[in-house]
Amino acid sequence: MSNAAVTAASASPATSAGKSILARLGAAFVGRLVIIIPYVWLLFFFLIPFIIVFKISLSQTAIAMPPYTPVLDFSGGISGFFGQLRQLSIDNYVWLTQDALYFNAYVTSLIIAAISTVLTLLVGYPIAYGMARAPATIRPTLLMLVILPFWTSFLIRVYAWIGILKPEGLLNQLLLATGIISQPLIILNTYTAIFIGIVYSYLPFMVLPLYSSLEKMDYSLIEAAKDLGCPPTSAFWKITFPLSLPGVIAGCLLVFIPAVGEFVIPDLLGGSQTLMIGKTLWNEFFANRDWPVSSAVAVILLLLLTVPIMLFQQAQARAQEQDK
Amino acid sequence: MNTTWSRFNVTSIVLGFAFLYLPIVLLIVFSFNESKLVTVWGGFSTKWYVSLFHNQGLMDATWVTARVGVISATVATVLGTLAALTLTRYTRFRGRVLFSGMVFAPLVMPEVITGLSLLLLFVAVGLDRGFLTVTLAHITLTMCFVAVVVQSRLISFDRSLEEAAMDLGATPVKTFFQITLPVIMPAIVSGWMLAFTLSLDDLVIASFTSGPGATTLPMKIYSQVRLGVTPEINAACTILIAVVAVGVIIASIANKRREVQRQLDEQAAQRG
Repeated sequence: MSNAAVTAASASPATSAGKSILARLGAAFVGRLVIIIPYVWLLFFFLIPFIIVFKISLSQTAIAMPPYTPVLDFSGGISGFFGQLRQLSIDNYVWLTQDALYFNAYVTSLIIAAISTVLTLLVGYPIAYGMARAPATIRPTLLMLVILPFWTSFLIRVYAWIGILKPEGLLNQLLLATGIISQPLIILNTYTAIFIGIVYSYLPFMVLPLYSSLEKMDYSLIEAAKDLGCPPTSAFWKITFPLSLPGVIAGCLLVFIPAVGEFVIPDLLGGSQTLMIGKTLWNEFFANRDWPVSSAVAVILLLLLTVPIMLFQQAQARAQEQDK
Repeated sequence: MNTTWSRFNVTSIVLGFAFLYLPIVLLIVFSFNESKLVTVWGGFSTKWYVSLFHNQGLMDATWVTARVGVISATVATVLGTLAALTLTRYTRFRGRVLFSGMVFAPLVMPEVITGLSLLLLFVAVGLDRGFLTVTLAHITLTMCFVAVVVQSRLISFDRSLEEAAMDLGATPVKTFFQITLPVIMPAIVSGWMLAFTLSLDDLVIASFTSGPGATTLPMKIYSQVRLGVTPEINAACTILIAVVAVGVIIASIANKRREVQRQLDEQAAQRG
């Protein structure tokens, strides 16, 4: 930005001083605004809400609107503030530990997310690898085809699976007609349906980072390994896989973190028998109208995801550095 | 380098794309089903599309969704572009780590958490839930996606163009609008479209932050899906898919044309 000032100064000495100061001030002001506007927006709409969630998780349920006792309200002055400070309670958190339902929901969600992440990786890796080895002319088309489902509604894509997985659905019709099975399979409203739903919905998130790291790979390394007598499988594990590791990590985090708190998939495909924390939070909020407990559920969920989210940010920052 | 595209690669791609597209194709096919059963073919019919247009609740929801989508995508594009500029151009300022954290975290944050926290904010500041709150919530979510899309374009941007403009006496603001903005425009357009479709798509955050009178289309579809699968929903979904698909195709053709034009211009400039 200082270039403008330098040029102005060299152009005409008489007006240079005023111009350069103006230019500099203008640049500084615009520069500040560029930072300040999105910064303030995110502070207000992203960070502060979390503080409020934490605050309300410490309050008590009340039959009122909003349905919780006021906490840390400054209207009562300093003494009122300290009075309220004493009212803060960790009852909601104690409640979460006492009821096995919540503990089970957290553990099940983490396990389901972990299994689905591995499944998505197993399904996504061959696709990404095939794309990366495809002739360069058709690669953009293939990439477009992977991204396109991402543009169609998540809800619609999950809904589409109901018609396929139902007991009288298309999959069972096909399997019965071909004589592979004699009894319809019960898939809908089981954990299997949740796995299918997560793998299907999150597949593009896995394929894209995998593809971008596999595409950069130098395949003459594989040829060299082959020339030296290395069998293809060990060449894969010794060369291809380690080199694609950044993509594997980014893809797994992009799938795992949102999958832990997933609501739509367990709700529509998992039925009432399956337990996941996103669904628990939703029911706590919409069915039981217990805002403090659902806030406490959210706080614990956020704490569980802190480490994966920080890993994700580091991976993003590293990728950005490499692109430069 | 000669890459061998083995049979294994072709098979995995074909199976992968079949897995990705078959459910959507089936959904579209069965929206033209005569029978009320979604899974048994009873002949071709467009009657579900006709009944769709007579469903006032669904039509209202579509209108709300379209308005929320356009407004939130537009504001989110401006904010997201600013955030992307901040991330790429200002590598050192106080609170940069927090800022990049706040840009990247919403990308993976479970929607139930974002939805709940935004709702509690709106209640805390006394904002009535409705059209405005859904729009604000969608701006916050989608601006981060715009930021990532625009940022990836800005990273590969040739800064010497800007320096040349400023050496020739253009102010930073003028440089931005005359040089930087046209170059990153394709990324901004795809950022806008991404923001729009994300807003069109969102069920969870809208359910938390919306109020009476501001029911969005996904909320409507969701409440009907819970009652049972009907061809009418298939028809609504098909229209939604068609709108997005046409938009994406137009945008990519326009992008391609601009790219070709740019290359021609550059060649002409080099010859000239």
